Amino acid sequence: MIVKFLVAAVLAGTPLLFGTLGEILNERAGHLNLGVEGMMSLGATAGFIVGYKTDNFVLALLAAFAAGAFGALIYAVLTVMLMANQNVSGLTLTIFGIGLSNFIGFYYVGKSAEGTLKLPERITAQMRSVHIPVLSDLPVAGELFFSYNPFVYLGIITAVVLGFYLFRTNAGLNIRAVGENPAAADAAGIHVTKLKYLNIMAGGGICGIGGAYTGMITNGGVWISDCVGGLGWIAVALVIFASWKPVKAVFGSLVFGAFRILKYYVVKDIIPIPDAFFDMLPFLVTALVLVATSMRQSRENNQPAGCGINYFREER
Amino acid sequence: MREPFIRTVKRAELSPKQTAALRLAALLLALTAGGIFILCLGYNPFAIYGTILSGSFRSGLAIQAVVKIMISLLIASLAVTLAFKMQFWNIGAEGQIIMGAIFSSFFALFCANWPRVVLIPVMVVAGVVGGGLWGLIPAFFKCRYGTNETLFTLMLNYIALYLIAFLRDGPWRDPANPGFAKIATFEKNAQLPKVFGVHIGWIFALVLLAFVWVYLKYTKQGYEISVVGESQATARYSGMNVKKIILRTMFMSGAIAGIAGMAQAAGSDATLASGVAGGVGFTAIIVAWLGNLNPGSIFIISALFSILEKGSSVVQSNFGLSTDCADVLQGIILFFILGCEFFIRYKFVIRGKDGAGA
Repeated sequence: MIVKFLVAAVLAGTPLLFGTLGEILNERAGHLNLGVEGMMSLGATAGFIVGYKTDNFVLALLAAFAAGAFGALIYAVLTVMLMANQNVSGLTLTIFGIGLSNFIGFYYVGKSAEGTLKLPERITAQMRSVHIPVLSDLPVAGELFFSYNPFVYLGIITAVVLGFYLFRTNAGLNIRAVGENPAAADAAGIHVTKLKYLNIMAGGGICGIGGAYTGMITNGGVWISDCVGGLGWIAVALVIFASWKPVKAVFGSLVFGAFRILKYYVVKDIIPIPDAFFDMLPFLVTALVLVATSMRQSRENNQPAGCGINYFREER
Repeated sequence: MREPFIRTVKRAELSPKQTAALRLAALLLALTAGGIFILCLGYNPFAIYGTILSGSFRSGLAIQAVVKIMISLLIASLAVTLAFKMQFWNIGAEGQIIMGAIFSSFFALFCANWPRVVLIPVMVVAGVVGGGLWGLIPAFFKCRYGTNETLFTLMLNYIALYLIAFLRDGPWRDPANPGFAKIATFEKNAQLPKVFGVHIGWIFALVLLAFVWVYLKYTKQGYEISVVGESQATARYSGMNVKKIILRTMFMSGAIAGIAGMAQAAGSDATLASGVAGGVGFTAIIVAWLGNLNPGSIFIISALFSILEKGSSVVQSNFGLSTDCADVLQGIILFFILGCEFFIRYKFVIRGKDGAGA
């Protein structure tokens, strides 16, 4: 029972992990991108449609990444080059992304013969749990650690790589400097604009892969409108919970994944808590975390100082 | 160091005429981009745009539908305008709409036998209080601890949304409908009366439009909002109580959004549905921004968006394209307008063209 619960929590947390990692990259570059939900939606459609057409898992992943990065590119052009308001640009990206995603999905459903879209056999098989000889057959540990679909492992690898990139490499140091104080970074000879573009787009791509998870796995390979369904907003929240650190995001998404599925595991006869309360939980916890972090005001676990403010070179 | 190939400089202020021309050009470019998108799908963009327009005006009923969509959108846009003028990022109109709807629905459901002249005003006040309190929460934490209001209001949206789900599944569930969890339809007495075929929410909207316009332009409090928005330090230096202004303004912002929720529940839906806000709180932010936080422009833009919304439902039935195309077009339009704002304030200078080098 507990093992089952943990496995389900990992699965429910995986799309959140991708969204969170993508948003961490954005915010570390100094851009509060509220378009996560939109970028995930774009990734969901692109991944699903390419998977549906080509029956190739790798191509589907690449398409999802490209679609997310494309959404992020729109956002980056608006906020980095044209210095538009970040909140409004991000929200627009969300509305645009969800709209376009549903629109394209609806378009293909209308063209399909059966009136539904279902991923073909081969790709579904590729997305099934990876079976690792010996390890996957271990009792308990096998199910707990080695029974997942490729997305889960990809997510954890991405988190570790990002953590290494941000905190152990020069490039990561540079991008963190850009996020904290772009003017100082610029004076130190860091190419602020280029780094911002690269990180925002990479972040968008990672969000896109998280979207592909909701499009291709969550509903068992059948296309459903609005498949991201608010996860992007939870991811924005999780960034705070993870205090802008990729490795902490793994833990955070596990916790929030557990919140998402908790209602199926609580015995209702013993603890009569309504379902709606469980659905509310991730948002409630984030609100509390927000208040708590703002009360403590620790510099270490705070939003990058330059986040939300556009950088205009000639106004230093 | 060499001068960069392209750099950005501030430009002298454009005349209002030039600004308007630039915005119009952006709108046309946006429609062109949308048209190319439609063309790529193999449809005639003129036919689609034409259907959106004609579909919204084809009958009295269609126009009424447009007005109905517009009521909550306009009111919510006015609500966020107040907060945005103060540079307070109230992304929480969605939640404030919902709380207004919940508070007023309480009276609609359980006090339906009150005389209508008492009940309807009480419901309006309940909407004001519900939305206002929900707006006050983030303002309080912002003032007290500096809590980031963008993210906090965002979370409150979802908390409010699931509050409806809780009421629907539990205490307010309609016992007459055992199979399907929903909240009962309001009795006729608790529904907003109709004037010219549309519930009186449209009168609320027009009154609020005038109110917000006068408030921002001609009152001391409205002036204080814009000073706080420009610079909190300046406001403090000139002796304004910044915290009080933030709290007061956010209460009003939430309260106005609450009226939108009340009008939607008691006017259009005649029940408290979980889709009572239905993304209007987010679209309102786009509308307010496109309208440059100017009530007059907001009126026009919310009308255009409502036409787009209604027209795209006709496009769905005529062409088999999803109504989501309204969202796509709204997004494209805002992308272009956001981009064009840049050219109002700045310009690009290509290396060597400007001579001076500074």
